Amino acid sequence: MGTTRREFILSTTRAIGLAALGGLVWGAYVDEVTANKLMLRPPGALDEADFLRQCIKCGLCVEACPFDTLQLARAGSNKPLGTPYFEPRDVPCYMCPEIPCVPVCPTGALDITKVSTDNKLDINKAQMGVAVVDAKNCVAFWGIQCDACYRACPLLDKAIYLEYSKNERTGKHAFLKPIVDSDFCTGCGLCERACVTQKAAIFVLPREVALGKVGDHYIKGWDSSDDKRVKNAEATTTTTEISKESAIDSLNDTEVLLDD
Amino acid sequence: MTNIIYKHRFLILRRIVQVGLMLLYLAGNMWGWTFIQGNLSSSLLFQSVPLSDPYAVLQMFAAGAIVSSNLIIGALIVTLFYFLLGGRVFCAWVCPVNMITDAAAYLRRKLQLDSVSKKQPASRKIRYWVLGLSLVLSYVLAIGAFEFVSPIAITHRAIIFGMGLGWAMMLIIFLFDLFVLKNGWCGHICPLGGLYALIGKVGLVRVAHDESKCTVCMKCKVVCPEMQVLHMVGKSSEQVLSGECTNCGRCIEVCDDDALNFSIRKLAKERGNETSN
Repeated sequence: MGTTRREFILSTTRAIGLAALGGLVWGAYVDEVTANKLMLRPPGALDEADFLRQCIKCGLCVEACPFDTLQLARAGSNKPLGTPYFEPRDVPCYMCPEIPCVPVCPTGALDITKVSTDNKLDINKAQMGVAVVDAKNCVAFWGIQCDACYRACPLLDKAIYLEYSKNERTGKHAFLKPIVDSDFCTGCGLCERACVTQKAAIFVLPREVALGKVGDHYIKGWDSSDDKRVKNAEATTTTTEISKESAIDSLNDTEVLLDD
Repeated sequence: MTNIIYKHRFLILRRIVQVGLMLLYLAGNMWGWTFIQGNLSSSLLFQSVPLSDPYAVLQMFAAGAIVSSNLIIGALIVTLFYFLLGGRVFCAWVCPVNMITDAAAYLRRKLQLDSVSKKQPASRKIRYWVLGLSLVLSYVLAIGAFEFVSPIAITHRAIIFGMGLGWAMMLIIFLFDLFVLKNGWCGHICPLGGLYALIGKVGLVRVAHDESKCTVCMKCKVVCPEMQVLHMVGKSSEQVLSGECTNCGRCIEVCDDDALNFSIRKLAKERGNETSN
């Protein structure tokens, strides 16, 4: 008997419609579930978007980690499913010099070159995140002596240093304030683990979340190496009524002000 | 007793392989055994041989990922293995979801649910649509789309790396197969099964039917999770050549007449009305 043309068209369009509906729901779900920006990734991880694309979710990095730091995101955890992450308040990264989690990665989602100096593994180059201090809730900023995070830091005096200042309230004591230098901080989270407050007042955030970006409009005039940062800057000049004349002329021109 | 074992010989073997493999993976994670580490998405055999899920790698290609040589080699090894074996050997002998859906199918038979709803309200072609759709979505979202929803990956990760809410996914698959659709997940929807059906189309290990011995009791069709592949039963002596056959061997076990057996695929020209070797 065979199918009629109408049947064929109907069944085809029905299949396409179902595929479109399914694809929409499926795509929206994947988009949502991968939108979590607060994941701390293993050392050497690519940028989050690239990482999510490269990672095959095999867990070899998790198995290689000797401290049970790394976990694979489980179903129901509201994290990108099956991808490796760590929570430093529970178990921080202890920054093994041999970095066992990275070379074992089969996909390059953990990039060995990102944690190497001169082809040698160098865990101090890791950029898992950056520690941020909540100065309101850090007891050192209250004037109580605490250098737990500073002592815990594997890059002591580089990634976290203490800033001394006078405590005007007592007039005879000093503040020993922990300051994070994001140039050195690897985001290992030993400070977050060590913090004495009920909820850690120093905590690690992904670098894209925690750090700002100056852009091309400002430059350290006193630091010649900063020129490199704005090497590719493009100058855009806007012309307004005032900027037509030279700056001094337009400042001295009071007519514009007096007109109204 | 020996008869019961004989009547379930492939089933027992399959469970040993499936459970054993999961235990080896688990031991790899828990105690650092180096026989096989990782999981079914990608693993390392004896700390040297890479093995990768060809479907996951395919999605990475679609997503525009830079696929490492390690991954390509791993996926090629796995693909070649199942390509040569033929059929969906992965589905019946390796995948842990198979145990869930087999349990649902078993319960369905015991509860005689199929006598109530004879016709299945879905096409077995859905898996190929899902396969295609997953690659389109991977391309559009620039991310491996199925890997973030895969019940297979959720299940094996739940077993190897910690349960989380993974049990809920297993339960849903079980209930879906039990009440909604017979052989619903593995036989209709799963795109990984779809891919392996395509890979295993021309492989060597084939179930062969001997029509002269068949008494048309249809026990094989009742137990088969892909019964459309047994279309020749009672009609003609030929090999089961569909890639959708999982090579689980259940039909061979339940046959009381020795009309079904594993065989090696005959080359195309020799085929015909001959019986198995």
